[in-house]
Amino acid sequence: MKLSVSSSPHLRAPVTTERIMRDVLISLLPCVAAGVWLFGLRTLLVVGISTLLCMFLEFTCRFIMKREQTVGDLSAAVTGVLLGLTLPVSIPIPLIIVGCVTAIVVVKQMFGGLGNNFVNPALAGRIVMLVSFPTQMTGFTTPTWVDAVTTATPLAPNAEAASLLDLFLGRVGGCIGETCKIAILLGLAYLLIRRVISPIIPLCYVGTVALFSLAVGADALFQLLSGGLLFGAVFMATDYVTSPVGKWGKVVYAVGCGLITVLIRLYASLPEGVSYAIVLMNILCPLIERIPFGKTFGKGKSKEGKTV
Amino acid sequence: MKENLFPKKPYKTDGGAPVPHRKGTSDEDSQVLPPPALVRLPMQMHIGAPCTPLVKVGDRVLVGQKIGDSDAPFSAPIHASVSGEVTEIGEITLGGGARSLAVTVASDGKMEEIPYIPPKMDTYEDFITAVRECGLVGLGGAGFPTHIKLRPSADKKIDTLIINGAECEPYLTSDNREILENSWDVMSGVYTVKNMLHIHRVLICIESNKPRAIEVLREIADSSVDKDDEVRVLALPARYPQGAEKVLIKAATGREVPPGKLPADVGCIVMNITSISVLSRYIKTGMPLVHKRLTVDGGAVAHKQNVIVPLGTSVAEVLAHCGLLPEKVGKVMFGGPMMGVALESLDVPVLKNNNGIIALSKEEAATSPTTACIRCGRCVAACPMRLYPLRLEKAIARKDVARMEALDLLTCMECGSCAFVCPAKRPLVQSMRLGKAILREEKSKNKK
Repeated sequence: MKLSVSSSPHLRAPVTTERIMRDVLISLLPCVAAGVWLFGLRTLLVVGISTLLCMFLEFTCRFIMKREQTVGDLSAAVTGVLLGLTLPVSIPIPLIIVGCVTAIVVVKQMFGGLGNNFVNPALAGRIVMLVSFPTQMTGFTTPTWVDAVTTATPLAPNAEAASLLDLFLGRVGGCIGETCKIAILLGLAYLLIRRVISPIIPLCYVGTVALFSLAVGADALFQLLSGGLLFGAVFMATDYVTSPVGKWGKVVYAVGCGLITVLIRLYASLPEGVSYAIVLMNILCPLIERIPFGKTFGKGKSKEGKTV
Repeated sequence: MKENLFPKKPYKTDGGAPVPHRKGTSDEDSQVLPPPALVRLPMQMHIGAPCTPLVKVGDRVLVGQKIGDSDAPFSAPIHASVSGEVTEIGEITLGGGARSLAVTVASDGKMEEIPYIPPKMDTYEDFITAVRECGLVGLGGAGFPTHIKLRPSADKKIDTLIINGAECEPYLTSDNREILENSWDVMSGVYTVKNMLHIHRVLICIESNKPRAIEVLREIADSSVDKDDEVRVLALPARYPQGAEKVLIKAATGREVPPGKLPADVGCIVMNITSISVLSRYIKTGMPLVHKRLTVDGGAVAHKQNVIVPLGTSVAEVLAHCGLLPEKVGKVMFGGPMMGVALESLDVPVLKNNNGIIALSKEEAATSPTTACIRCGRCVAACPMRLYPLRLEKAIARKDVARMEALDLLTCMECGSCAFVCPAKRPLVQSMRLGKAILREEKSKNKK
């Protein structure tokens, strides 16, 4: 009889990294579906290529570096889908390569692979594309079902006023995954039910944007429903690796994301600031982690007071 | 006034993990194991000084006869658990890998007992002597000599007695069976300790997944026995690790034991519920601690049940009695699967502080590969001590002593909640143990 011997605990929860990543992929399905509905079948081409390319690059990097193969943990697939969903549907295919290489090769694998990237790989890839190819990256197609028209994001100063219903359903210009708020909320609900993410970051992020907008007299509801805010708050800012682990750290981080987003949207020369806000807070994350929140058991004040 | 002393519901505790309960044996009566062919009684079944054998090879001993004791104040005597002949006195290996001198008694199968005499119980000193002579140690796991615990230093004002019947480990139901089978022993033990130590607040804490145990003890506590109404049963949420001493004290009183301090430092004494029952029987009858109820469960066991076994019986014999399926066995452990010690060999004796033998099947014992930490924070949310296991693991990996101390590594009680919830299956508890060893080494280096 061969007995295996190891350190306790001898039971483990069924959750694995791969299952978490699969859940994230599932939670993104409504956004992909909404993309197809709003922007047509090219959505599948963009998201598909981005996903396969990210997985291929992950595989190749690990292979060349002679490291343990990690493409099976699906984290590269998540990065690929996220990147694809944050591109305009009209993006020329060759440009996607730039985003994927930045995300997987430069930001993720060069820093040690999963768990070691200091910013969200998908967002880093998107930002490099945004600054390199500003025209192609902001040439949004407004879904009209009759003729697809290229327009600016509703956040741009010269944009035509979009109704709140259109904003909610996603019938506005924007990136593939960010316009349909129903799809994003479905994804959020799934992530919460499966306990993949805690509601702290999305709530604090969106709440901060709403309060800050109200405080400076902007249209809060419009701010919430337009651009990539909801998509970023649900799928990007909640990335484990680049957000704080403790609940108060998460609050600080999410509030920071909210403040920077509104500052960029209302006071900077850019129409949209979600990507930059999240990446900036990603970079600040190690600093936030150094703030001592809460005390170890027995080091704080006890509720009942000292010994009677 | 008094109402405030007894919380209606437990105080909130942090963290914890949703471990499965698997308490399938909780409604089955305990079976008594037939006398084993031999028992090996280690002279160290407790924290503190080992005992010296009081018998020599060839001696005939009876059940309950004292066969080992020590002059050291921090120790507890050992009694023979079967009647028969001492055949060997020598060093053996225990379940955790430690070595100890042990007295081997070949059983004559008669289980002949010494004439038990109930101890004198006139004064507090009599009581403490009785606790010591009973051979009682913390039966919940630690094996801390009970007579030491029940004599707190004079500067510590004890106002609360907490009886730990939480039994939060998966599979284990031995405390639950003790409550159901010997409810009056439990309760009379509670009143004895309460009166001897002049404590006016007793909280019997039981997880809510044991409704019958709660009901039975509540009935007695609410009956006329307890005129002052100073003993209450507190139902705890069934969330691991409610039974961990510090967590239990927090749940019962709202107090947090500071790092490196003892329950007495926050005015509490915590006793395991089976310990109190054993003590109560000794006071009533004079029968010391000679056998123990063990939950035998797990996928590789055919007849899952609680068995009452003489101390020193080999694990192999207990498992054979319960129908171990050798072809299925993957891992066998003393105690529950969260904090239990995996056994390398089944040829080890049952000790006072063992409360279960769990034999997991190969599938149950299978481990998933360890992958990179994704900083999901599940370990942080699960830690009942509010530690940051992921940061500790990194600090330990680079042997950063200052950082380990800053992160309060020594507060970790190795409950395993962090490792349980980790999706990357990182060996966090193993890492914490390594870190503590590094700290100890560092400390001894500094002393020199």
